[in-house]
Amino acid sequence: MTKLLEAPTTNRQPRQGRGTGPRGTAPTGSGRRPLAAAFGLLTSPKYGPVTVTGLLFVAIFVIGGFRYRGFFSGQVFLNLFVDNAYLIVLAVGMTFVILTGGIDLSVGAVVALSGMIAASLLQTGWSPGVVIPIILVLTSVLGLLVGLMVHVFKVQPFIATLAAMFLARGLCYVISQSSISITDPTFVQLAVSRIPLGAGLSITPSVIIALVVVALAVWVLHGTRFGRTVYAIGGGEQSGLLMGLPVARTKVLVYVISGFCSGLAGVLFTFYTLSGYPLTAIGTELDAIAAVVIGGTLLTGGYGFVLGSVLGVLVLGVIQTILTFEGTLSSWWTKIFIGALLLVFIILQKVLTARRR
Amino acid sequence: MSALAKMASNRLFWPVVMLLVLFAINLVAFPGFFEITVRDGQLFGSLIDILRNGAPTLIIAVGMTLVIATRGIDLSVGAVAAISGAVACSIILGSPAPGSLATVAVAITVALLISLVLGVWNGFLVAALGIQPIIATLILMTAGRGVAMLITEGQILTVNSPPFKFLGSGFWFGIPVAVIIAAVVFGLAALITRRTALGMFIESVGINPEASRQAGVRARGLLFAVYTFCALCAAIAGLILTANTAAADANNTGLFIELDAILAVVIGGTSLAGGRYSLLGTLVGALVIQTLVTTVYTVGIPPIATMVFKAAVVTIVCLLQSPTTAEALSGFRRRLAVRSGKGVAAS
Repeated sequence: MTKLLEAPTTNRQPRQGRGTGPRGTAPTGSGRRPLAAAFGLLTSPKYGPVTVTGLLFVAIFVIGGFRYRGFFSGQVFLNLFVDNAYLIVLAVGMTFVILTGGIDLSVGAVVALSGMIAASLLQTGWSPGVVIPIILVLTSVLGLLVGLMVHVFKVQPFIATLAAMFLARGLCYVISQSSISITDPTFVQLAVSRIPLGAGLSITPSVIIALVVVALAVWVLHGTRFGRTVYAIGGGEQSGLLMGLPVARTKVLVYVISGFCSGLAGVLFTFYTLSGYPLTAIGTELDAIAAVVIGGTLLTGGYGFVLGSVLGVLVLGVIQTILTFEGTLSSWWTKIFIGALLLVFIILQKVLTARRR
Repeated sequence: MSALAKMASNRLFWPVVMLLVLFAINLVAFPGFFEITVRDGQLFGSLIDILRNGAPTLIIAVGMTLVIATRGIDLSVGAVAAISGAVACSIILGSPAPGSLATVAVAITVALLISLVLGVWNGFLVAALGIQPIIATLILMTAGRGVAMLITEGQILTVNSPPFKFLGSGFWFGIPVAVIIAAVVFGLAALITRRTALGMFIESVGINPEASRQAGVRARGLLFAVYTFCALCAAIAGLILTANTAAADANNTGLFIELDAILAVVIGGTSLAGGRYSLLGTLVGALVIQTLVTTVYTVGIPPIATMVFKAAVVTIVCLLQSPTTAEALSGFRRRLAVRSGKGVAAS
């Protein structure tokens, strides 16, 4: 396997590098045959993994449609968004961090913490209009602290966000050790209300919030100077610094964004569960990281799309749905499937980037 | 002053200070903290408890130190611990004589052999396929818990086997068996890597993999060995944890232990960027973490707040060890020296 990976790249490099290399990997092969263009799309390190994820999602959905009665419906598809709205928001924040080459392990604990804050404040009679902004500010500040630790004190992102994870999870227990249910009318209203889309289909307000976050993130990453700096830092921090880009500010801001997204995801999660519980969302950070990786973002940073991460979440969601439809398969198969999928995608990324070099 | 400065520049300085501070807090809250009594020929006392409860973390941290020294990381240790516990318990449960020594020996051997396979798998992903260690081991971390649940079929397996229980809560010559196992693992790792050139090879791979390959170090084999050793350590720790409660819980055995182990290594002054490592530092780090947990109990802080304190200690140690702090401190010292130098000149 390794010989296969290493030998051809070294042999072929001079020929391919000059000839079809740069143009061959470009997605817009206007004058070329469609088959070659599709091949170029699949093998480009930038678009390849996303394309494969998209194809995989469609394939799983179609297979599910053939296997199970009632699977092939619009509502099953929409429920992927309804059930995973919070995970989409988390994956968006995580994408920003991973694009710079960092990682955020604290998101799961922050989701639990914001749920706990929401539940306990609402219980004492605070208004949701005050509680939600407070949560978003608090989690953004936590992200800011992590960002400062990472940038100013050069603590590795892994360790800094690990400390934040312990802090958030610990604070959950300090607030309460047992589950607090939410009875606030606004929250209940947001939890049960459905927005009809016609033809018997409906979504929840959470889905709209999640999609707005995704749209904003796409705009920020591809339409603003900040977004380009994020990609530049992932491509090479030193080069970004030498180009005069605001590396320090951007690196800190990325963790603030992730903190904000985790807080928002926590609020969406409480819309879904209508309670706060200190043990909830354990391991969610791994789901978010897995979604981002399956969505084609390179863990070393520099390559990847927010929409890819959304696709990653949908793939995780559709696997979960199939397991529900299957009925006989137990929940641990989800973990094994996700692990296997991660493996496939990482090897795929490896092959694609090796080919490029 | 210069002796103190020399000491402060030692990597072990801040972790040891932290440990001493924790000991002092304990002593104030509980005057009998350092007392060790002998009851029925067995040692008892707070310090013994710290050693015994910290043994699994220390064992994993030893393996983790070597992995981190090669610029890697192993997130799968908790899952490997859960798998080994699940394998051992299901073998003991399935045998006709769960209490016999032979059954337990077979169970332990099989569990350790399986962990070797898992370690080779991690090593294959990292060394042969060249996947980033954090992601390569994330695969087993996610899938491993699923595999452990598959083995236990989602149940908590409770075993009634005195020889197996001995592993977790037994005493040998008055010393807890878990502590003896941890000491043996620590001693072996120190002996093999520090009395041979192996440790230097590991460090060279961590500092610059390409340069060490060109210098003739066989990085690939070394990575395989290191990840396999780490998985073996995880399995040993998993067996101790499982034996201690006499139950295999696929969901909770070794949950978050990878984080504790990595923390122990980082507190001990080994950089996650690879290169120079300190097994002694890891020992101190593991003791700091376990003492912290004990402190929370003795001082009377509700145990639920343990994680907040862990976060505080991690943050403090990381900030103290940060190059930014070192720079600021040395700048301060220089300014101090300049001022005193001026004073001397004036007089």
